[in-house]
Amino acid sequence: MSADAVIIRLPARGPGPQVPASFVNPRTDPAWVRWGLTGFAVLVVGVLVGIPVVNIFYEALKEGVRVYWDNLVADPDTRHSIFLTATVVPIALVANIVFGIAAAWAIARFKFPGRTLLTALIDLPFSVSPVVAGLMFVLIFGLQGYLGPFLREDGYSVMPYATSLVGVFVLVVLYFVFRPANPAARRGVWRGPTWLVVPAASVVLFALSVVVQKRLGVWPQGESLKIIFATPGLVLATAFVTFPFVARELIPIMEAVGAEEELAAINLGANGWQMFWHITAPNIKWGLVYGIILCNARAIGEFGAVYVVSGHIAGQTDTMPLRIEKLFQEYNLPGCYAVASVLTLLAILTLVAKARLERKIPSVVHEATGEGGS
Amino acid sequence: MSIRIENVTKTFGKFTAVDKVNLDVPDGTLLALLGPSGSGKTTLLRIIAGLDVADSGSVIREGEDITRQSARDRKIGFVFQHYALFRHMTVEENIGYGLRVRKRPKALIKERVDELLKLIRLEALGKRYPAQLSGGQRQRVALARALAAEPKVLLLDEPFGALDAKVRQELRVWLRKLHQEIHVTSVFVTHDQEEAFEVADRVVVMNQGRVEQYGTPAEVFERPANPFVMDFLGNVNVFHGRVEQGKALVAGAALAVADQHPDAPSAAVYVRPHEVVIQHEQSGNASLPAKVLHVNPAGSRVKVELRATESEQLINAELTSERFAELGLKSGDEVFVSASRVRVFAGNYVI
Repeated sequence: MSADAVIIRLPARGPGPQVPASFVNPRTDPAWVRWGLTGFAVLVVGVLVGIPVVNIFYEALKEGVRVYWDNLVADPDTRHSIFLTATVVPIALVANIVFGIAAAWAIARFKFPGRTLLTALIDLPFSVSPVVAGLMFVLIFGLQGYLGPFLREDGYSVMPYATSLVGVFVLVVLYFVFRPANPAARRGVWRGPTWLVVPAASVVLFALSVVVQKRLGVWPQGESLKIIFATPGLVLATAFVTFPFVARELIPIMEAVGAEEELAAINLGANGWQMFWHITAPNIKWGLVYGIILCNARAIGEFGAVYVVSGHIAGQTDTMPLRIEKLFQEYNLPGCYAVASVLTLLAILTLVAKARLERKIPSVVHEATGEGGS
Repeated sequence: MSIRIENVTKTFGKFTAVDKVNLDVPDGTLLALLGPSGSGKTTLLRIIAGLDVADSGSVIREGEDITRQSARDRKIGFVFQHYALFRHMTVEENIGYGLRVRKRPKALIKERVDELLKLIRLEALGKRYPAQLSGGQRQRVALARALAAEPKVLLLDEPFGALDAKVRQELRVWLRKLHQEIHVTSVFVTHDQEEAFEVADRVVVMNQGRVEQYGTPAEVFERPANPFVMDFLGNVNVFHGRVEQGKALVAGAALAVADQHPDAPSAAVYVRPHEVVIQHEQSGNASLPAKVLHVNPAGSRVKVELRATESEQLINAELTSERFAELGLKSGDEVFVSASRVRVFAGNYVI
């Protein structure tokens, strides 16, 4: 085959004499199609999204900034709803960050029986209706629920055990994290055989902690521990609904980055803790922030599940979205719009942050495939 | 430090990656694990480093059983196939990492990093990130990072696999020289027999999780233990015939067999292309008639493709350009083919 035969002659760009007058770029549609489709899209977005969002701010600020501010802070119930959201959301967020990293790590780095099931379960909160999610907690912790009567009678009696259990678990994790890897360098508690030290110390510490808490009377006795219609229920419901965000964001990133850098760190003498903070954390950083932002946005705006477990006690269990609904029902439209504008503002900030981060994340995934910059 | 592998087996599900392998790596050697992909060489390397756990068998370093030791305590440097450089750290930070996690003083780390940067000839690039380096530079950084912690053994997984031909050639020579300087016991994995022969002073040929042959490059190349090794170490012509009184009878020609071989009614006869002798005249019954099909004079040696007249078998030959000029071969010529060296493996071996 001669060399000429394989050269593909491209039509020259611009007003060159080579381009015939009848030349139609096959990638360009006629003007009316282009403008028509674009116009239609702008119209739909404008009517469905643009106008309502602008209207919220217009209605909220209609009577001036002063009135707007009063609407937000003068009413103690509204104030409390902002405070409650600011309490519930961070707790749910921290729980989901810890869980999300642990789950993503397990799924992306290990093969174990039930891995597929775990992946599917992480997605469950996305597919379950939030109302059903709220109802689940009511059925467990509510008055008519399985644990309801017990919690009502002497609910705090479990607290010494629960706190001790969590404490001992944290200590066991720390034991393994800080244990010198080299057996020769181990001193003190690290000297004994692991299989004996860990269970024995766990039992002793657990018993000690329970006894001390009971003796000192840290927790009230014979009192009802409220979960449903109280802050713990709000946290549980919010955490459940926003459960998948962090893990779902991290799993593909961790899979794309791969385990090799982590293995290299171990090979060079890093322990698990050093490996995580020096290698894993920087690699998943932006994905984690992205997941946290999405999780945060969803947690702040959560209505359905929280609606079921809150009981709508004004000044006690109303979060911001619930407060908005109540103000609306009471025909307090200025107050309603004021709180709504705060939520909307948070949503817009989330979008901006999300758009900025999206530019960073693909580069991480891209570099991981070995294409980066050579 | 020497490494000994005893009876190591590793399976992934139903696939046996490493199958009862025994291996000795004497102190100070540079050993190549050579084999086709899927032969278990990388798995074996990872087991030595502690990055994979063997199902059974043991790894022994200088008399000490390290099978149960964690990867971080083994002091075995590992250079990953795709380098696995820490992308968010500079070259200096990458190289110093092994010392940093072992809490060495900062001044000492700095000194050692500078020394290694000099060794890999990247003094000027210490502040760069891995993404800003070329493939060959990254490879050298990965090597320096592994050497920084002064490992007792160095393992390299396909060290030149991802590089282009020229850089690969340079790095081979460089690695050989480096090994002569620092003398750390090293094992590297490759599927390129040329690379193994050029760099290593011991070669282990692996196939399907087993060791096929162990020896110096010369031993392995000159005396392949079995048809697999023979076939794997470069092109080869295979004839089917029988062995009688030290001669291989192939398609009417009687070829002299290099090593003593008992008579066999059925044998595979191996002749390397450079051992094929082409002549214009028949020399007794030691040659068979053939026809030249194609001549490829590109390269340092001239490649000639022939077809045996009787059996219609294709024969590949390689001649020096002097010999080629002497013969004046062109396609269509009728010639006679014999062999300067013949190896026989009894029984039927199918490639």
